[in-house]
Formats: sequence, structure tokens, C-alpha cells
Amino acid sequence: MDPAAAKLIGAGIACIGMGGAGIGVGHIFGNYLAGALRNPAAAGSQFTNALIGAALAEGLGIFSLVIALLLLFVA
Amino acid sequence: MANDPIHQFRLHDLLGPINVGGYDISFTNSALFMGIIVVTITAILYFAARQNALVPGRLQSVGEMWYELVDNMVKNVLGEEGKAFFPLVFSLFSFVLVANMLGMFPYFFTVTSHVIVTVSLALFVVGLVVVVGITKHGLGWFKLFVPHGVPIGIAPFISLIEIISFLSRPISLGLRLFGNMLAGHIVLKVFAGFVVTLSALGLGGILGAIAPLAMAVALTALEFLVAFLQAFVFAILTCVYLDDALHPSH
Repeated sequence: MDPAAAKLIGAGIACIGMGGAGIGVGHIFGNYLAGALRNPAAAGSQFTNALIGAALAEGLGIFSLVIALLLLFVA
Repeated sequence: MANDPIHQFRLHDLLGPINVGGYDISFTNSALFMGIIVVTITAILYFAARQNALVPGRLQSVGEMWYELVDNMVKNVLGEEGKAFFPLVFSLFSFVLVANMLGMFPYFFTVTSHVIVTVSLALFVVGLVVVVGITKHGLGWFKLFVPHGVPIGIAPFISLIEIISFLSRPISLGLRLFGNMLAGHIVLKVFAGFVVTLSALGLGGILGAIAPLAMAVALTALEFLVAFLQAFVFAILTCVYLDDALHPSH
């Protein structure tokens, strides 16, 4: 296979990982909202924790994006 | 290429190349914007604090909210003994926030979209965690890597995982900020590029360009949210990591 084509295909495959991060972030905020509607009094104190969890999950998606960008522009 | 989405991240020498002892220390647009960031933070906080009114005006309210946001964050995560780290967390938060926000202006350079800047900040934070942890707790700080109540048989494996997760912190902390800013700005430029390419096609193209234009406006709003959120996340993760240095047994 042409190396340039393989690079582009690899970048596309690497971006699949971002879908997983999307599922994770959605899961965190969905569950946060579900919990917040059950117990609104406790919601405010847990919002920071929701943000930390979302940031950690999102970071993994960003890694796969960085791999894709590396393949496109650096490697 | 005129609308190359990567072009906005290019570094330029503003005063020509300067070399000292083999190191390239040229004054680039990145360095210029770091200066602008520091001046902006100082100016906003100076003018916000100068009035010192009992009923705060608009600018003073901004300054107070800014201060209280970080103060509450440090208090909630680190507790009373974390007060010593307030200036550090406040500086990091302010720098990242103003860098992200200034980057949203057209033709402005986003300092945090360069991995060297964000990973340097993150390496400094994690290095500080090690230094503070060892000065406060001595070698007992390494208990951080051996969680309580783990059976002795699997303790080595758990420790290995803990050590790897600790060592990956500067990478994840830096890359998160870098990746968010880079990806956001590329997406903005790609949609802006759609508008230009479509509207060059004549009347039908101009009508078709309305959709990506609306998308670019919506994405700009989202990017402002991300700019604030990433600064907040960077600061709060700094607090969480520093908490490991202060209270290693978990």
C-alpha cells in the first residue's frame, strides 16, 4: 500500500477512539444529571467531581486525536 | 494554502533570530502573547482591586468572582493547609484562562495550543507534587503507590499500575489542554474555510454557506465555554494532584 494512503487511513482509525471518549463523557454527565434530579440538594457539591471525571475521560479521546494529528502532520 | 487550518499555529520570529550559547531564544509571536497575557491579568486585577468599594462595580465583581472561584476550589480540595498553594493555583488558572480567551480573538495567537507550553506547566505541577510530598512526608510519601488494604500478593502489580498512572499525569494534564485548544481552533478554521470555498461558487454557494457560517458562530460560543472549562479543569486537577502530596495515604 502507498505509505501516504496508509497514513491517512491510520489517522481515520485513530479517531475511532474519540467515539469512546464521547460515550464516556455522555455517561458521566447523564448519570450526574440523573443523580442531580433525584437529589437536587446535593447536586451543586458534586458538579466539580462531574467535571473532573469528564476531563479525565475526555483526555483519553484527546490522546487519539493527537495520534491522528501526528500521523497527518508530523510522521 | 490560503485557508490552511494549521497556519494559525505557526511561530514567527518578530525581531529576527537570536541565538545564545546554541539555544534559539528568538522573540516569537508566542513570547509576545505570553507577555500580553501577563499584562492583561495584571491590568484586570489591578483595576479591579483599586476601587475597593463596599458595593462592587462590574470590574470589581469580576475580580472578586475570579478570586473566589479559585479560593473555593483550593479550600474544597486541599483544605486549610492548602492555603500555601493558592498563589500557584491562581497563577496557573489565570494564565491558562487568559491565554485561552485571548486565543479566541481573530488573528490572535493561542499560546496554549502549543504542546511545549502546556506540558511544561504540567511537568512543573507534577514535579512540585514530588518535591512537596518528599519534603512533607519524607520517604513515607511513597506509600502513595501502595494503597491501603491491598492483599500482599497483588500489591506489586497495583503499585506498578499506580506508578504508571502517576508518571502519565504530566502527559495527560498537558495534552488535555493542548488537544482541546488545538482541536477547537482547527474545527473553527475548517468551518470558516467551508464558508469561503462555498461562497466562491456563486449564488447557490452563498446560500449554501449559511449553514457552515451558523455552525462557525455556534462553535465559537462552544469554544468560549471550552476555554473557560479547560482552565478550570487544569486548575482543579492541579489541586487534586497537590492533594496527593499533602495527604498521600488514600
